[in-house]
Amino acid sequence: MPSHAITPIGLEIRVRGRVQGVGFRPTVWRLARDLGLCGEVQNDAEGVLIRVSGAREAISSFLERLERAAPPLARIERIEPQPIEPLLTDDFIIAESHEGVVRTQIAPDAAVCADCARETLNPFERRYRYPFTNCTHCGPRLSIVHGIPYDRTATTMSSFALCDSCAAEYRNPADRRFHAEAIACHRCGPRVKLLRLDGGIDSFERHSMLDEVDALCSLMHKGHIVALKGLGGYQLACDATQSPAVSRLRELKRRGAKPFALMARDLDVIRKYCDPTTEEIRHLSSAEAAIVLMRAAGPERLPDAVSPGLSTLGFMLPTTPLHLLVLRRMERPVVMTSGNLGEQPQIIDDAAALERLAGIAEYALVHDRNIATRVDDSVLRVTARGAQFLRRARGFAPAPIALPPGFESTRNILAMGGDLKSTVCLLQDGQAILSHHIGNLDNAATFDDYRHTLGRYAELFDHVPDALAADLHPEYRSSKLARERADSTGLPLFEVQHHHAHVAACLVDNARALAAPPVLGIVLDGLGWGADDTLWGGEFLLADYSIAQRLGTLKPVALLGGDQAAREPWRNLYAHLRAQMGWGELAMNFSELPLYEFLDRQPRSILDAMLKNAINAPLASSCGRLFDAVAAALDLCRERQSYEGEAACRLESLVDDRTLREESDDLAYPFTFPTLAGTGLPYIEPLAMWRAVLGDLILETPAPVIAARFHKGLARALAAMATKLARRDSQRPLFDTVALSGGCFQNVVLFEQTAHRLEAAGFTVLSHRLSPANDGGLALGQAAIAAARLLADDHERGQH
Amino acid sequence: MKDLIDDVFVAAFDNSDLAPMEDQARLDLGMLAAAGDRLAFTTDAVVVDPLFFPGGDIGKLAVCGTINDLAVGGAIPLYLSCAAIIEEGTSVELLRKVAQSMAHSAQLAGVRIVTGDTKVVPRGACDKLFITASGLGVIPKGVQLNAHAARPGDVVLVNGLLGEHGAAILAARGEMALDCTIESDCAPLHELVAALLARAPGVRCLRDATRGGIATVLNEIAQASHVGIEIDEAQCPMREQVRGFCEILGLDPLYLANEGKLVAIVAPEDADAALTALQAHPLGAEARIVGRVTELEPGRVVMRTLLGGHRIVDMLVGEQLPRIC
Ligand SMILES: [Fe+3]
Ligand SMILES: [Mg+2]
Ligand SMILES: [Zn+2]
Ligand SMILES: [Zn+2]
Repeated sequence: MPSHAITPIGLEIRVRGRVQGVGFRPTVWRLARDLGLCGEVQNDAEGVLIRVSGAREAISSFLERLERAAPPLARIERIEPQPIEPLLTDDFIIAESHEGVVRTQIAPDAAVCADCARETLNPFERRYRYPFTNCTHCGPRLSIVHGIPYDRTATTMSSFALCDSCAAEYRNPADRRFHAEAIACHRCGPRVKLLRLDGGIDSFERHSMLDEVDALCSLMHKGHIVALKGLGGYQLACDATQSPAVSRLRELKRRGAKPFALMARDLDVIRKYCDPTTEEIRHLSSAEAAIVLMRAAGPERLPDAVSPGLSTLGFMLPTTPLHLLVLRRMERPVVMTSGNLGEQPQIIDDAAALERLAGIAEYALVHDRNIATRVDDSVLRVTARGAQFLRRARGFAPAPIALPPGFESTRNILAMGGDLKSTVCLLQDGQAILSHHIGNLDNAATFDDYRHTLGRYAELFDHVPDALAADLHPEYRSSKLARERADSTGLPLFEVQHHHAHVAACLVDNARALAAPPVLGIVLDGLGWGADDTLWGGEFLLADYSIAQRLGTLKPVALLGGDQAAREPWRNLYAHLRAQMGWGELAMNFSELPLYEFLDRQPRSILDAMLKNAINAPLASSCGRLFDAVAAALDLCRERQSYEGEAACRLESLVDDRTLREESDDLAYPFTFPTLAGTGLPYIEPLAMWRAVLGDLILETPAPVIAARFHKGLARALAAMATKLARRDSQRPLFDTVALSGGCFQNVVLFEQTAHRLEAAGFTVLSHRLSPANDGGLALGQAAIAAARLLADDHERGQH
Repeated sequence: MKDLIDDVFVAAFDNSDLAPMEDQARLDLGMLAAAGDRLAFTTDAVVVDPLFFPGGDIGKLAVCGTINDLAVGGAIPLYLSCAAIIEEGTSVELLRKVAQSMAHSAQLAGVRIVTGDTKVVPRGACDKLFITASGLGVIPKGVQLNAHAARPGDVVLVNGLLGEHGAAILAARGEMALDCTIESDCAPLHELVAALLARAPGVRCLRDATRGGIATVLNEIAQASHVGIEIDEAQCPMREQVRGFCEILGLDPLYLANEGKLVAIVAPEDADAALTALQAHPLGAEARIVGRVTELEPGRVVMRTLLGGHRIVDMLVGEQLPRIC
C-alpha cells in the first residue's frame, strides 16, 4: 500500500473551451510546480494538453484544483483525464505550441482588470498612465484579431515590436503577461495623440499639465465635444451635466431622441443619479462591462437631453485604461456615444473619423492601434428575473453559447439573422457562436460590415457551413444574401419563420432539450413575415425546435403605409380606432380630446381610401404597433418617433411602481378573445381596451395611470390567452411551459407582469438570458431550428 | 366580331399601311434599310386598372410604352401592332375611346399602327381590356446602347420628375382623385432620345424607368455592368405633390412606375452636353444629374440620403413590403 503511494503515475489531461490566450498555461505551470509535479503543458488544435507525472495524491489534487485555478477569462468546457506512462523528466515546462488545425476560441474583449488598473494609476509602475496596459486577464481580443491562431502576428498589434522589458514579461510563465498577445508599454506600444479636428495646431500642454489623455478631460470640463478612439470604434464624448454640450452633440450627430450612453469614473459617480442594486453593480463591474440600464433615482438629475422622455439611464464604467485615464479627474458622468452620424455604423477607420467627426467634435484623441472588427458596447437591463440583453456585443461576443442536450452532433450551420439589430450565428461542435450586434442592414456601410463579419467569423472559427438558415421574409437583405449563397454553393437553405426563430432562441437560452415537448411561445414584436404570407407580430405559437403551430394572435390591424406606420405612431392610433368605430362615432363622443383634433387634421380621405382599397395598408398582428397606438393616444411621440421603440419606451417610462402595485387589478383594461373569421384562430381583441382608454382620457385620468392599466391589462390578457390555449381541446394541457420572446418583452413592466401572471396560472416561464429577446437573437433561433431539422433528417436516414 | 374590328379599330387607325383585308402588314425594306443597319423589335403587354386615369389611358400607355422600349435602344420607332383582349360586356364606347387614344398617340409620335387583332373573352376571363402592342423600329448606324456599358465615373441622368405615373394610378385606383391631381407622365420619348444622342455621343446606356421605377432600372444596369451606382436623394427630381403623396402612402417614389422617364448613363465628358440636350426638349425640362457610377460594390445601388447616410436601394423581389420589426 505505501509503496504504491510513492510510485509516480502519469496522466494526460485534455482541456477544452476558451483556454488559449487567456493565461491558462502559466496557471497550469504554477499549479504543477506548487504541487511538485513534472511534465508539460501546451496549446494545440483542440485547446490545451497537459501531461503530468508525480505522486498519486499530488496528481489528484492537481486535477481537483485545475478548474478552480483557471484565470478570469478562461472558460473551461471539459476536462478529460487519461492515464499514461509516467514521464521521464524532473521539471514542468510550457512546451511550444503545435502547428495544425486550430479550433480554439477567440475571447471577447475584456475590460481593464484590477491589477492593470492599479499599475496604470501607480506613478511607480513603468506603465503609469499608459492607455494600452493589458494582461492575459484583460484587454482587447475580438476587436484586434484578424486571423487564427490567436497570437500577436494575427492581431493589429503585429506592427509593434516588443521592447526588452515587455519581451521578458511575455516569456516569463510566472508573469501575468506571459503570452499576453496585446502586451505593450510606453516604450514599445501604441501611442495616443490629441488632434484638433479643425486642422489647427495645438498642443496638450495648453489643456493639461500631465499628458494628451488628461487634456481630453480638461476639454470636456470646458464643455467641448471630443472624439476618442475606443476599443471597438470611435466614440464621441462630452460632460453629461452640461446641457448645452449634450444638446449640441445630439444636434450635430443627428441623433434624434435616442438616449445617450453614459460612462462614469466609478460607482460613486453613478450613485448620484441611480441607485444600483447588487446585481446591477455586478454587471457594471464585470470584465464584460456592459452599459446597464437603470432607473434614474439619485439625489441629482442629468439634463433631459441625455435620455429624453425616459425614466432610465444607461451607465457603464471605464472599459479600457484609456477611458480610465480620461475620466480620472472627472467627478461627473460623461456621455459616451458611438462616433458616427445618424444611423451609420460606428467609425473604426482613422481617416474617416477625422473627416466625418470633424463637424461634431472639436478635438480627437487618436492612436495607432488599428481596430480589426467594429464592436459596439453591449447594453443590458436587470429585471426581477435576471439580466436581459438589449444589445449583445463587446465583452460577450463571440463567447460560445452551449447548445442544449440533443444538439451534440449538430452539423455546421450558418444563420444569417434578420435585417434590423442584425447578428449572425455559427453552429459547430455543439456550440452556437452568436456574433456581436451589427445593426440595420438598410445602411450600406452596415451591410458591408455584416458581410465583413460573416467572413471574419468564418475565419476565426474555421467554420465551413453544411447548411444555411435565414428569415422567411421575401425582402430581407440577409435572406436575399442567404438565397444567393445557397444558389452559388448548393448548400441547403432553411427559411425560418420569424417568430418561430424568436421562440427557438429563447429555448436555447434555457437549455431546453431537443427532445423536450413543445412550449407555448408568446412572441411580441413589431413585425415578422408569417408562415401564411401575412404579417405577424403578436403570436402564440406551440413550438419546439422543429415546428411551430400558430394557436392564437393579436388582432390584425392595418399597417397604414407599411413601414411608415412604424415611424409615425398616430397612424396606428388611427387604424386601431377606425377598426373599432366610424369617424362619426368618434366625432360624436370624443371630439373634445386632443387626439381627435390631431387625427382630424390628417388627410383622412386618403387614409380611408388606403384602408378601403387595401393600398399599402396590409393587416398585421403587431404588438409593437399596438404600443405605438396607445402611446399616440397619450401624445407620446404622436407624430413621429425618432428611433425604433421610442413610443413604447416612453409609455413604459410613464408607469410608476406605486400605481402598478397599489391599483386594483379590476381597473386594468379589458381585452376579449373572439375568433378570427375564416381561420377560427382565437385573437386578442383590443376593442374594450380602447373604449376604456378613451373614457379615461375624457375623465382626464393621469397618463401614468392609463399607461399602468394598459400594461397590466395586456399582461392579464396574454396570461388568460395562454390558459385558454392550454386547455384548448383535450383534458391534458397542450403545454405547461411558456417562452416569452420578441422585442416588446424588453419592456420590463410588460415582461414582469406577464411572467408573474403566467406563473400564478401554473406555467413555467422561460425568458431570454444569453441572447437578446429582440431581433438580435433571431440568428441563434434560426440556427437551432436548422440544426434540429438536419438532425431529424440524419436520424431518419439512419433508420433506413 | 369583324364589325368590331372594322368599326372601332380600323376606323381609328386608318392609314395607308394598314391593310385590313390581309393577314399581315407589308412594309418596304428599302425605306427601313435606308434609316439604319439594325431592326429593333419589341412587345409590351399592357394591363392597367383603371383603364382611364389622369394623364392617359390604356391605349396611350400601350403606344407610348412600346415606342419607349424602342427609343431606349436608340431606334427610330416606325410601326406598331396592337392586339386587344376584351372582356365580354365592355362597352363599344369605351373601346372606341381607347382606339382613338391609341391612334392619336401614334399620330403625334409619328408612328403607324399597321396591324392588329382583337378577341372577346367571357366575363371574368380578363379584366375589361388588355392590350398587347409590338413595335418595329430602325437603329441608325453607329448607335450602340448597352445595359452592360456603364463604367465607374459615368454620370446618371433622368429626364424629369419621378414617380408620376405610379402615383396617378394609385390615386385613381384608390379613389383618391379628389385629394390628388397628379397626372401620369405617359409620353413617347424617341424624339428626346434622338436629340440626346445627337448632342451627346458619350451616352452609354438608356433605360425607360417603367415598372419598379428608377430603383429597379438602376439595379439592372448596376448588375449588367458590374458597377456600383450612387444616387443623391437631394438631386432626385420630384413634384412636391408626389413626394407628399408617397409620404402619406408610405411608398418609396424611387420604385414607382414612370411612363415618360428614362435613365441615361453618360460618359463624364459628355455629362453637360447630355444635360443641356435633355433640358432643351419639352420632355426633359426637369432633367437632372442624379448620381454617378462607382467602382464600389459592383451590382449595388446606394442613395446618399438627405441626412448624409448611404441607404441601399435594393432590387425588390416583389412589391414594397414592410420590414421594420
Ligand atoms: Fe422580431
Ligand atoms: Mg416591354
Ligand atoms: Zn489586466
Ligand atoms: Zn514594452
